This record gives sequence, structure tokens and C-alpha cells, in this order.
Amino acid sequence: MSETVSESTKPSAGVVVEHLRAWNPKAVAEVIEFRGDTTIVVPRELLRGAAERCREDAALQFNLLSDTTCVDRFPLEPRFEMNYQLVSIPRRDRVCLRVRLAGKDPVVDSLIPVWPGANWLEREVFDLFGVRFTGHTDLRRILLPDDWEGYPLRRDYPVEGYRDVPSTGALFRKSTP
Amino acid sequence: MTTTVETATGAAKTMVLNMGPQHPSTHGVLRILLELDGETVVKAVPDLGYLHTGIEKSCEDKTYSQVITLTDRMDYLSPLGNNLVYCLAVEKLLGLEAPKRAQYIRILMVELQRISSHLVWLGTHAIDLGAMSVFLYCFREREEILKIFEMFSGQRMMTSYIRIGGIALEPPAGWRQAVERFLRMMPSRIDEYETLLTENRIWMGRTKGVGYISAEDAVALSMTGPTLRAAGIAYDNRKIFPYSSYEEFAFDVPTRTDSDCFGRYMIRVAEMRESLKIIRQAFDKISDEGPIKADAPGIVPPPREKMKTEMEALIYHFKIFTEGFSPAPGETFVTIESPRGELGCFVASDGSPKPLRVHFRAPSYINLQALPKLIVGQLIADVIACIGTIDIVLGEVDR
Repeated sequence: MSETVSESTKPSAGVVVEHLRAWNPKAVAEVIEFRGDTTIVVPRELLRGAAERCREDAALQFNLLSDTTCVDRFPLEPRFEMNYQLVSIPRRDRVCLRVRLAGKDPVVDSLIPVWPGANWLEREVFDLFGVRFTGHTDLRRILLPDDWEGYPLRRDYPVEGYRDVPSTGALFRKSTP
Repeated sequence: MTTTVETATGAAKTMVLNMGPQHPSTHGVLRILLELDGETVVKAVPDLGYLHTGIEKSCEDKTYSQVITLTDRMDYLSPLGNNLVYCLAVEKLLGLEAPKRAQYIRILMVELQRISSHLVWLGTHAIDLGAMSVFLYCFREREEILKIFEMFSGQRMMTSYIRIGGIALEPPAGWRQAVERFLRMMPSRIDEYETLLTENRIWMGRTKGVGYISAEDAVALSMTGPTLRAAGIAYDNRKIFPYSSYEEFAFDVPTRTDSDCFGRYMIRVAEMRESLKIIRQAFDKISDEGPIKADAPGIVPPPREKMKTEMEALIYHFKIFTEGFSPAPGETFVTIESPRGELGCFVASDGSPKPLRVHFRAPSYINLQALPKLIVGQLIADVIACIGTIDIVLGEVDR
């Protein structure tokens, strides 16, 4: 069991990078290896294409979008990092696609056309980080109330919230630029 | 929160019914806006967030060790699984591995947890569909498991037993007898539930052919766990991406192809039996002596005796509990198979003693996304069966 997994996960990093480069030479901006995990940084404009490639390519077959999350590196720029964790069930493999987004313009293509399961994952990121997804069919807040102001998981939003404000509303605007 | 729903067929023909958030069969505070044509569901819009407590945000203001207590409170039917995935993610970040003995004890606990979680699922699902007695039987056995947890960790539910680098405490005296007793008792108890339900005509009528989802749709919607396995895809993290020495254990991953409520019931019952096999093997593998914590000064708190004799140990102890430890900058993503599906934990470090970001891939949240797909076209009574069958825990959905 352990041999088959280590055989299939290790050299795959190279395979994914190779296939993405063959599709578009600019598709791979950077490859990060950390503790045996591979993260491929993709330019923002090419994300949806690269994702389609990962899913459709017969040598990659990343058919399951396991997770999508965002990291806020405030005050560094580019501030936001979107991480897409892909799983290939037939090939028993994982890879992470990453897109870096500037704080002034946190917009990226939605991956719903590639994996419909991206819907709620992207809504959660929109709700808590304020990253917008172009082409998303239903971009509404999901965990917080519709009239909530600000994006609580941003690093410049205090952990305790704004206690002096009795409820959500106009005064919460100070949390967002 | 949405208050209205855009009707699919026009308001004249259909009515909109608000189900929840305070409804016993939604297993917590889930609200669903149902558009009904007679008794048939035309459209369903889940509305969540009633239990959102900002756990991921709170994690950013705690040291790595303090976060463990928060993870317990997400999926409150499987706190040990949450502890495990978080600890594995931080251990990976640190490049640390728990000793074998601790890994086996972790497996023992997590598999007991899987059975107890499936028991709650089975009991509540059956009560939703009108079978009262199964609930009482399931909770009788769950009680035995909770007693074992209490023995090991001092807590019945929010155990925080699994810690970074190992486990909190040495297994207590008499644990073997308790687990042995449970292992002897449980197989016949599972037979009992099956006698009550599997060939029961009402149960079959309420679950067979209800809530069908095709394998393609299930994968496309990122579903995992028993729901995906009932659709015929043998995706189980314990087999495909083994963690905590699962590769040394012999067990099967049950799959079915009917992909309805009945299939998912059969999968979970089969999983309980597989878990018993794993517990038996872990029981035999756990030696009576050996370390339960990794040898990592500055990360794992030193034993009490050492603190009283060695100055370094005292210093480390003080530093761990005042400022914590600082892993090297980087991000890790670890997944385990929780009772509900693939539970993932993403931890990002910026080199400070507090995590930059902790994110949980909550299987309940992602599986719930497929609910409209399951219930559209079904009767309103089947909505309850479908909510039960995907086994959601709202604490985990909303985090």
C-alpha cells in the first residue's frame, strides 16, 4: 500500500508541471515543494484554462476539487493567495494550484464551469475575504448575514470584531477600504 | 440570510415553505427554502450560517497548541477526528512524526469515534423516519464508547486527547478490559440494528430509491465519504492517502452502486463493522510500554518528572505555554477520512508562534451543497430522509 502511494505521488509533480507547460508555456509561474506537497503557482488569467487542463488531460485526471481557500498576507503584496486543492481519484494523486491576487483587485475566474462543487467554496471565500469570482452564478454571502459589512477573515479585521458597534450595519464600513 | 426565493415556475402554481432553522430533522440550525408544487419539491435553497462562530478567525489569535481545543467544537460528533487532522497538519509543518505507539492509539480512538458518530447518525436518521427504538439502542452503545473516551482523556466529548507530537495521556489502567468488552459486545449489537431496519418494509419504503445521485454528479459536486462510496467510488483517504500508519491495517472499503438513502445506510453499517476490525488490530498493535509523545523539545511539553529535575525541561515548558513555538514559514494541507467524508486542514505559517491561517475543509459543508440535487423532484417527506442521509453536523458546516 505505502509503495504504490509513494510511487504515484512523488513523480507526479513533474508530470503536472510538464503537461501544463505543454499546454501553455506561461501556465506555470512557480513550483513550490514543501514537505512532499507540490504547489503550482498559476498566473491569474490562466487559472481557468489550467484547471480545465488538469481535469480533462488523460494523464492528469484531477476530477475532484477537494478544497478552496484563501490566505491573506496583509500588509504584503500581492496580498491574497487562492489555493485550490485538486485530487485525482483514479490516479491517487494530489496537487495544489495557487493564484496570487493583489489587494486592490481581488478578482479571479470562477471554477464552477470546471467543477460545479466550487460554488459554495467560492462563496465562502467571497463571504470571508471579499475575493470576487467572475462568472460565478450565485455570488452571495453564505455564512454571514447578507447585510454584514466587511470581510472578517482579512488580517486587518480585528479578531474580536468591532465591539463598540451594537449590531451589523453602516458603522461596520470602517473595516473595509 | 435570504428571506425570499425566486420561484422557478411562477408564484401562482407553487408555494414557498420555510423549513427550519428550528426543526428537529434538520439536525441543528439549517434552514431550507422549499418551493413546492403540491407535495413535490421544485426548488430548494439551503440557508446556513446560524451557527457560524468564526473558529477559523479565532485560530489566528491563538498559539498552535491552543487551537486544538477549538477544533473539538466544530464537528462535535467527531472531535477526535478534528484533533487528529489539525495535529497532523501542524506536525507536517514542523516535519515531526508521532511515535508508532501514539499513532496506533490515535487510530484506536478515531475508529471508536467513527462508530459513535455513525451510531448517532443511525439513531437520529431512524427517528426522523419514525423508528423510535433504534435511537435508544444506538445511544446505549454510544454511551459505552463515551465511557471509554472518558477513561482515556477525562472527557466524554470535547476530548482534546490528540496533541501535537502525540497524545495527551498514557492509556489508563484497565483500558484493555474496557475496549475488549466493547469489541465483544458490538458485533451482535450491529446485527440488532440490522434486524430492526434492513429488511423492515417501512424502512425500505422510506429509503430505497430516495435521494439518488449519480457518481459523476457526486464527484463534480466534491462529495466525499459514505455518500460517494454509495455511488460506487471507493474513495477513502485511509486507503488512498494513508496517514497515521493506516497502511499497516487490513480493512475493506465498502462500496455500493445504488446511491440512494438505503445504500448509504448499508455503507455506514458496513463501515462500523470495518472499524471494529481496525480497532481489534490497533488493540493488538499497541504495546504496553513506549513513548506516546515525540521527542521534540520546545514543541512537545516535557514530562512532569523531568521538569522537577532538569532546568532545560522547565525552560521549555515555560516557553511552550507562554509564547508557543514557531514553525518555519510554509503551508500544509492534510486530509483524513472523518465519519462524514474527507476532512482537510490547511495551515499556513508565517514563522510566528500563531498560525497565519487555519482552514478546515469541512465535509458536511461540502456535501450539503448537493442537497438540492438530491431532493428536487422528491416528496417533502423525503427531504427529511435526504438531510439525514448526508449526515451533516451544523457545527462543522458553519464553523
